[in-house]
Amino acid sequence: MAVPNRQGMHARPVMAFVDLAQKFSADIAVSNISRELVEVVDGKSAMQMMLLEATQGSVLRIRATGGDAVLAADALVALVRNAFGMDQAGASRPADPGASQSG
Amino acid sequence: MDILRGIAVSPGVAVGEAVILDAEDYRIPYRSVSAEEVDAELERLASAIAASLTELEAQAHWLEEQLGRDAANVFQWHIGVLKDDRLRGGIEALIREQRFSAASAASTVMRNYQRRFLQMSDPLLVERIRDVQDIERRLLRHILGESREDLAHLTKPVILIAHDLTPTQTAQLAGTKVVGVALDVGASTSHTAILLRSWGRPAVIGLNDVSTRISGGDGVIIDGSNQLVVANPTPATLKDYRAQEERYLRLTGQLESIKRLEAVTADGVRIQLLSNIEFPQEAASGMEQGAEGVGLYRTEFLFLRPEGAPGEEEQQAAYAQAIRGVRGGPITIRTFDLGADKYTQQRRFEQERNPMLGLRSIRYSLQNLDMFKVQLRAFLRASLEGDVRLMFPLIISLMEFRQAKLTLHDAMEDLEEEGVPFRRDFPVGMMLETPAAAVQVQEFCREVGFISIGTNDLIQYLLAVDRGNERVSRFYDASHPAVLRTIRDVIRTCQQAGVPCSLCGEMAGQPLYTLFLLGVGLRTFSMAPANIPGVKKLIRAVTTGYARRVAKRALSFETERQVTNYLRDEIKKVLPEDPI
Repeated sequence: MAVPNRQGMHARPVMAFVDLAQKFSADIAVSNISRELVEVVDGKSAMQMMLLEATQGSVLRIRATGGDAVLAADALVALVRNAFGMDQAGASRPADPGASQSG
Repeated sequence: MDILRGIAVSPGVAVGEAVILDAEDYRIPYRSVSAEEVDAELERLASAIAASLTELEAQAHWLEEQLGRDAANVFQWHIGVLKDDRLRGGIEALIREQRFSAASAASTVMRNYQRRFLQMSDPLLVERIRDVQDIERRLLRHILGESREDLAHLTKPVILIAHDLTPTQTAQLAGTKVVGVALDVGASTSHTAILLRSWGRPAVIGLNDVSTRISGGDGVIIDGSNQLVVANPTPATLKDYRAQEERYLRLTGQLESIKRLEAVTADGVRIQLLSNIEFPQEAASGMEQGAEGVGLYRTEFLFLRPEGAPGEEEQQAAYAQAIRGVRGGPITIRTFDLGADKYTQQRRFEQERNPMLGLRSIRYSLQNLDMFKVQLRAFLRASLEGDVRLMFPLIISLMEFRQAKLTLHDAMEDLEEEGVPFRRDFPVGMMLETPAAAVQVQEFCREVGFISIGTNDLIQYLLAVDRGNERVSRFYDASHPAVLRTIRDVIRTCQQAGVPCSLCGEMAGQPLYTLFLLGVGLRTFSMAPANIPGVKKLIRAVTTGYARRVAKRALSFETERQVTNYLRDEIKKVLPEDPI
């Protein structure tokens, strides 16, 4: 899905994402597939998530594996759609590739 | 275990944990650790992360209260990064697999991330570099030890390791929990060394790379008596040094009780012990060590501040503070000894090929009369506060002394015209610190109010040795027969002429020379306050007759080594328990 925030994933969105991801036991792998060089990072790592370079409109792929993967993926997708719970101008757009999950 | 050899500035043994201090940036010791040290480094990393988090959370909490939630959010990501298991795993892997020290591992990982952010196209993300740097510094500060601001807040005894200390930093050591100091740079005549000496705790300087070889938290031994620094000692070495430290502390404890006793020889001859000071507030602390007054106030320390030359009002205030500090005792104020090694003023001069033989001290003052007069006016205006004396440094000829006195009279006349009150009846004397003055001492005695022998420069000029130059500093030796004979002759001539004579060089504070100096008739010693109790102990243990015999014998030797060995044996005889 695309990042709706005008400022992209900066400190607060990253922390909102990481804090939520850490609530699940599933492994969370995130990539920014809008970039030429797609790198998969750990969704529970504050540093790595910042390295995604996710700006407004960047399309993220979230892959959750193991345990509560389904719950985790749903919750994280919802978080991104809701612009990380921040009052942020920049309309949310429909999820593009969406979240793929495997149990 | 790592043994480093440097220059000792004060004797004694101190054992403690290292705290690294740096003027600008945190110097990261890029060194690897041995297999056995890996666990300790991992532990060090873990506690540094925990300490950083505690600090950050407190900071965020405070910010939230003061400025609201948005401001506090700035630190939320910092907290997130420090809690990041991936990041921590990366640092730990370097420690475990590559044997990096915690500090170098943390720094390496954080710098890799900084490079990643640097390559980003979004300027807002590039800004994250600052955050990553901030996190790195915080982490390193906790790994390497306390920051400078925190020196006053140390809770346990530590050994301070630094590349260099400014004189101001050094002056602040008293009152902290620092028990020993080791520095990369330094010569024993530098102002920092002088201040370390007056601080009195074990210190070794001129170690070249101690600040990079030792990490914060390392166990360190400062062996000031043997000019050694031992890092990460083996248990056996540590045990040995702990015992020595205890002995050293016991002796300093004994000296504590001697502070209130009179400085009088076993046969009842009163000796005057004075302190050498650099800052006005030290006058009072010298009295606490048992000084009767100040024998040398090095006023050029007023220049050791970023604002540059002090004005008349400031100088007057400083002199008045020092004079009041001695509570009615005598105080000798020396005019500026600027130039040469006094680095604050160095940038003002064109490079001199040989600054020790260049425009320094009284020569500098006499060529900068405006500045000199300001000092003399400030001195005169403060003179009513107590028993003052004025002293001119580095005099080589009568002409020079007369010229300096003439300038003093000019300043007096000016003040008189302005109706400003001042004292007129104070003695005006000179430092005897050049071979020329020593040879002409008889003529000087006819004109000066007193003479103070400055052995630091006198020895350098007599032996033609710059002791700041480590390639020749070993030739600098107060035991040299030429030095001993010169001192004897000067003191004898002064006595015959009835001119008060004191000695304010470092020799005065070295117990090794106490018996000799007593024996050749010296009755006024001026030294770093910390040395007073030790010298007093020796004075109280001997008669003047005994000291005279020691001096006579010391003067009979042909070489400095024989002199040193003999004097050392004599002290052992007098005070068998004391280390020299």
